[in-house]
Amino acid sequence: MSVARIDARFAQLKAENRAAFVSYIMAGDPDLETSFDLLKGLVKAGADIIELGFPFSDPMAEGPIIQLAAERSLKNGTRMADVFALASRFREADAETPLILMGYMNPVENMGYPAFAEACAKAGVDGVIVVDCPPEEAERLIDALDAADVALIRLITPTSDDNRLKTLVKRTKGFVYYVSVAGVTGVKEADAEGISEAVAHVREVAKLPVVVGFGIKTPQRAAEVARIADGSVVGSVLVDAIAKSLLENSPSSTKVLETASLLAQAVRNARN
Amino acid sequence: MDDAILTNRYNMPDAKGRFGEFGGLYVPETLMPLVLELGEAWAQAKQDQAFWAEYLHLLKYFVGRPSPLYLAERLTEHFGGAKIYFKREELNHTGAHKINNCIGQILLARRMGRTRIIAETGAGQHGVASATVCAKFDLPCTVYMGALDVERQKPNVFRMQLMGTKVHPVTNGNGTLKDAMNEALRDWVTNVHDTYYMIGTAAGMHPYPEMVRDFQTIIGKETRQQILEAEGRLPDAVIACVGGGSNAIGMFHPFIDDESVKIVGVEAAGHGLDVYNGHAASLNGGRPGVLHGNRTYLLQDEDGQILEGHSISAGLDYPGIGPEHAHLFDTGRARYVYATDEEALEAFQLTSRLEGIIPALESSHAIARLGDLAKEIGKGGVIVLNLSGRGDKDIFTVAKALGQQMGNL
Repeated sequence: MSVARIDARFAQLKAENRAAFVSYIMAGDPDLETSFDLLKGLVKAGADIIELGFPFSDPMAEGPIIQLAAERSLKNGTRMADVFALASRFREADAETPLILMGYMNPVENMGYPAFAEACAKAGVDGVIVVDCPPEEAERLIDALDAADVALIRLITPTSDDNRLKTLVKRTKGFVYYVSVAGVTGVKEADAEGISEAVAHVREVAKLPVVVGFGIKTPQRAAEVARIADGSVVGSVLVDAIAKSLLENSPSSTKVLETASLLAQAVRNARN
Repeated sequence: MDDAILTNRYNMPDAKGRFGEFGGLYVPETLMPLVLELGEAWAQAKQDQAFWAEYLHLLKYFVGRPSPLYLAERLTEHFGGAKIYFKREELNHTGAHKINNCIGQILLARRMGRTRIIAETGAGQHGVASATVCAKFDLPCTVYMGALDVERQKPNVFRMQLMGTKVHPVTNGNGTLKDAMNEALRDWVTNVHDTYYMIGTAAGMHPYPEMVRDFQTIIGKETRQQILEAEGRLPDAVIACVGGGSNAIGMFHPFIDDESVKIVGVEAAGHGLDVYNGHAASLNGGRPGVLHGNRTYLLQDEDGQILEGHSISAGLDYPGIGPEHAHLFDTGRARYVYATDEEALEAFQLTSRLEGIIPALESSHAIARLGDLAKEIGKGGVIVLNLSGRGDKDIFTVAKALGQQMGNL
C-alpha cells in the first residue's frame, strides 16, 4: 500500500473537490493509550491524513507547544518501538487513512535507515517527514524508504527559491508540505492570501498535492488555506488542547476531538 | 614559514562539509538557503586577502595577539617529565580563545550585510566575546544561555549586559549549552532575513566547523613559530581540553601533518565515565548520531534521545563534539583522554599555586592529564598545552565545590 494509500486519498479528495484536513499529534503525549484513542477519534472527527510525531529530545524547529509535547512523551518513556506499535494498532483499525511519521534525524540514524524503513512499512506508515534532513543528506535514507515503498515527504518553505525548489521535489512522493511561515511551529499565524501564489507555484513544480501548515490556529484560517491548497495541517492547536486538558485534569481526548471536529468541518465546507 | 603551515596535506572537509563520515548539513529547510549562502560567503571571504588582513589587524590591536608561549617551570618540575609550555590564550582580550572566532565571524556577518547577531553560550566566554565584537561593531546582539549556566556564570552574564547584549536565559531541558543552542536555532529559523548566527565552537552545520577552525588555527600557527624560536624544534605533543572543541582544533590543526607531534584532547568525565549521564565525554562515552546540524559523536540513550551529560565546567557541558574531532578520533590521528570534575578541580588549584595563573575550569581538564603526558614523553621532551581561558569566572563554582564560602574567607 503505502505511497498508493496517499495517492488514493488525494484522488478521492479531488473527486469530492475538497482539501485534506491533516492533523498532527505527538505519539505518547500524554501516554500511548490516549494517543491510540486520539488517532481513531481524529479520523471520526474528519481527519483525512494523520501526522504522528515521534518524540526527540532536541526538536530545534518546534515552538514551545510541540517541544512540551515531546517532553511529556519522553518523560512517559515513549520509545521508537512504541511509536511503531501505536502505528500498527492504528493501521489494524483503519486501512485507508494515510499515516505520516514526523520527527528528527537522530532517532532514525540510531535505528539505521533500512531498519527504520522496514519498521515503517511493517507498521503501515505511508510517509515520513524528517525535519532536519535536507535533500543533501537524504539520498541513502530515500534509497531505504523507496525499497520499503514509503514516501519521504518534503518541507518547502518561504525561503526556498526556484533552484532550491527543484532540488527539494526530486525523489519526493505522495505530497509536499509547504511551511507557510519562516519560524518554528505554532507561533506566528499564517497569512492565507500571501501564500496563495507560492502554493500554486510549488504545485506546478512538484506536480504533487501541496498541503500547508505551521501557524494555522483557527477554523477560519484552516478554511482559507483549504481554498487555495490541497490540505490544511493543524498541529499545535490540537497538541495545546492536550496540554490544557492535562492542566485542568479533564480527559485529553474530549477537548482535542472537539477542536479537531470544528477544524475538520471548516476544511470540509471551505469550497462550498 | 606561513606557506609551509598553510599547505596541509590533510585537506578536510570536502565540499559537502564532511570530515570522513562526520559533519554535513542537517538543518530544517527554512535554514538551508541561509546556510548555503553562508557557505558561499565564507568560501569567498577566505580567498580574500583584505578580509584576512582586517582580521589579523584586529587580532593584534584589539585582542592583543600573539599570545605568549610560556614555559611553566614549576609545573614542569612538579611533574618531573617533559618540558611544559602554556599557550596563553587566557591573556587575550575577554580572557579566552573565543574572541579569535568572534572577530572573524563579525567581519563575515558585516560583509553579508546582516544587522542582528545571535549566539549561544555555555560558560559565557563565547557570549562575552560575541557581546564584545557586537559592541565594537555596533550590532544588536542576543545571547542564549542555559538558565543553569546563567546561575553558575553570573560574572559573565553581567559583562555581556554591560556591553549592551541581551542575555536570554533558556529553561528548557537541563538549562545548559545544548538547550541554549536549540533556542538560538529557533531564533534563527524565525528571523532568517536579517540575523547572523555566531556559533561559538567548531561544531554545528557546515560551514561552521571549518570556519570556526580556520579562525582558531591562529593558536596553532603562532605556537609552531614560537616553539621553533624557543626550542628550535616542534613539540612532541600538544594537548587541549575538548567540549565542542574549538580551542583544541585551533591548536591541533596546524600540526596534523607532523606525524612526530602527538595530539591529545581531554574530554570532561564529570562524575566519571561509568556514571550514566554523569559526564560530557562524547568520544569516550558516546556514539555517532546527528544533532545541531552535523553528524558526530553524541551522548545519547539506546533510542537516540540526547542525554544532558554533566561537567562542572559549563564550557564542556555539551553532549556533542565538533565533527573534525570525531574524524581525528576515528582515524587515530589524535588521542582523546578524559578528566573528572575532581581532577579538574585539583589541577585548577595546582596551577594557581605553582604558576600564579588561575586557569579556566575547561583548561584545567587538560592540565589534569599533563602529568601523565609529561611522564610518557619524558625528560628532554616538549609539550604545549593550550591554556584556553582564565579562571576568574569560575571562582564561585570552585569555592562552592571546595566547600568554601566567599563571605567567610
